[in-house]
Amino acid sequence: MERKLFHSVTLNLDKCKGCTTCIKHCPTEAIRVRFGKAYIIEDRCIDCGQCIRVCPHRAKSAVCDSFESLKNYRLTIALPAPSLYGQFNNLSDIGLVLTGLLRIGFDRVFEVAAAAEYLSDFTRRELLKNNSLPHPTISSACPACVRLIKHRFPELANHVLPFVAPVELAAVLARSKAVAETGLKPEEIGVFFISPCPAKVTASRLPIGISARVMDGVLSMTDVYTRLLPVLKTIGEPEITPQAGLTGIGWSVSGGEGSALLNGRYLAVDGIENVIKILEDLEDEKLPELDFIELNACTQGCVGGCLAVENPYVAKTRIRGLMKYLPVSRNKASALQDGTGKIQWQGSLESESRWALDSDMGAAMEKLLRINELANSLPGLDCGSCGAPTCRALAEDVVLGHASEEDCIFRMRERMQILSGGGEADADAYLPPPFRKCEEDRK
Amino acid sequence: MPDAIRMTFNVDGDDFAAAGTASSEVKRALKQLGMPPELVKRAAICMYEGEINMVIHADGGVASVAIRPGSVEIELRDRGPGIPDLELAMQEGYSTASEQARNLGFGAGMGLPNMKRYADELKIDTKIGVGTTVTMVLRDRTR
Repeated sequence: MERKLFHSVTLNLDKCKGCTTCIKHCPTEAIRVRFGKAYIIEDRCIDCGQCIRVCPHRAKSAVCDSFESLKNYRLTIALPAPSLYGQFNNLSDIGLVLTGLLRIGFDRVFEVAAAAEYLSDFTRRELLKNNSLPHPTISSACPACVRLIKHRFPELANHVLPFVAPVELAAVLARSKAVAETGLKPEEIGVFFISPCPAKVTASRLPIGISARVMDGVLSMTDVYTRLLPVLKTIGEPEITPQAGLTGIGWSVSGGEGSALLNGRYLAVDGIENVIKILEDLEDEKLPELDFIELNACTQGCVGGCLAVENPYVAKTRIRGLMKYLPVSRNKASALQDGTGKIQWQGSLESESRWALDSDMGAAMEKLLRINELANSLPGLDCGSCGAPTCRALAEDVVLGHASEEDCIFRMRERMQILSGGGEADADAYLPPPFRKCEEDRK
Repeated sequence: MPDAIRMTFNVDGDDFAAAGTASSEVKRALKQLGMPPELVKRAAICMYEGEINMVIHADGGVASVAIRPGSVEIELRDRGPGIPDLELAMQEGYSTASEQARNLGFGAGMGLPNMKRYADELKIDTKIGVGTTVTMVLRDRTR
């Protein structure tokens, strides 16, 4: 049986120094430091990649599939994310990148941007019909945001667009096309996504809204980029004509998906902290009247993914440059056979609140009271020395049985004072200046 | 089992940027207690509207919340000017908010109507020159 939990974001124990940088930046408070090393609480991690970006020791990384696994298939198809096109300097023709993918070992290429255009067209029509879609509709394209909603905003789960992400549609279309054209069995074909982010790796193994895996692997954009770069210079004329227009390419940057709906009443939010704020406001009905909300966990959208090579702002500018010379769209949903069946989720997004302290409300109340009391008694410095991101998080950990009050360095100080049998000054002798209490020391 | 979780917040007057902090904290607590999402949402809206009202009209006040299994009680007590015409104040779109508040996007005249819409019980005690106390009870409608 496949593990129920899988995360692309992982820790390299040898490199981790046990500093508190990642615990401070994790938007879901999913990391603690224990025994000198970071520890990811798998239940809470949404694979946003924030810890990978901030770790000063490069101890966090995203597990992707290896390029070697291409060998396991008789035919391989690359699904490049449109953000890939923003990684190259002076790229004049997207066809060059697509041709490069053939040179580095793929047999075929299917652009995710093309699938994005089918989705944009399909979603636009559904929104116009104004029927069963939730209002406002929240994009389901960013898996980190979808997981965040599932765990932390259960009330908003039914607002999420119940459609597959572009890469999932691309995988299905690419495979069936290859089967039809080659006569190979579906399992003889390896479909590989070239991803800018770890959340897509997780989503490929544990898909949301669809029952089975549609991709055979997810490759890191950085890995593919380093293979592509030397090859690109050797290509004279591109052998592949791009299949997508500016609508599809635009999905790689914040605002691309929303503007493709050709309806002014959309909001595009990027950066996980901003996403959380907007979801809070939406939950409290503080937002103006909107039809669509596009969410991207990464700054500037998918180009900001932690597996991308280029600075997100530079990549965004390049994507804009490429868009100038493209037609609006090359793919209409009406051209899809059984478009609805391929695009719509089989189920709906089930919320799984990970916030409840106990399944029994009485017990939860008791725990919350103890948490409040303990949190008030802690110094409130949020220093992170206990391994939890805030004093409040430590209080929660203590009450839930995952930590001890004495993990607090100030509590430890009190104990030292008792052990040494002396006054505060004696205890201070053992402590570094930030944690000393006595007035004289300040002078 | 404890009777209720009680939370008290001092809401600062004129601090528009800080308005909403109390409602966020209440929302977090309700989610941690595993309250049904629809109740969490209604309570957060009522709390936020109440908080904003105290900031805009009454130079702040005290918000007290009592959370019990199946219900949330919110009391907003201020020493503001009082509401001269309650019936008018309850009308959608009617507002006496200052120019400053309106410039910040408040004062749409939906505060009290929203509270009425989302709370299961709403009681307003108001005295001119003395202050206003708004009490709301929200019940778990899934029970």
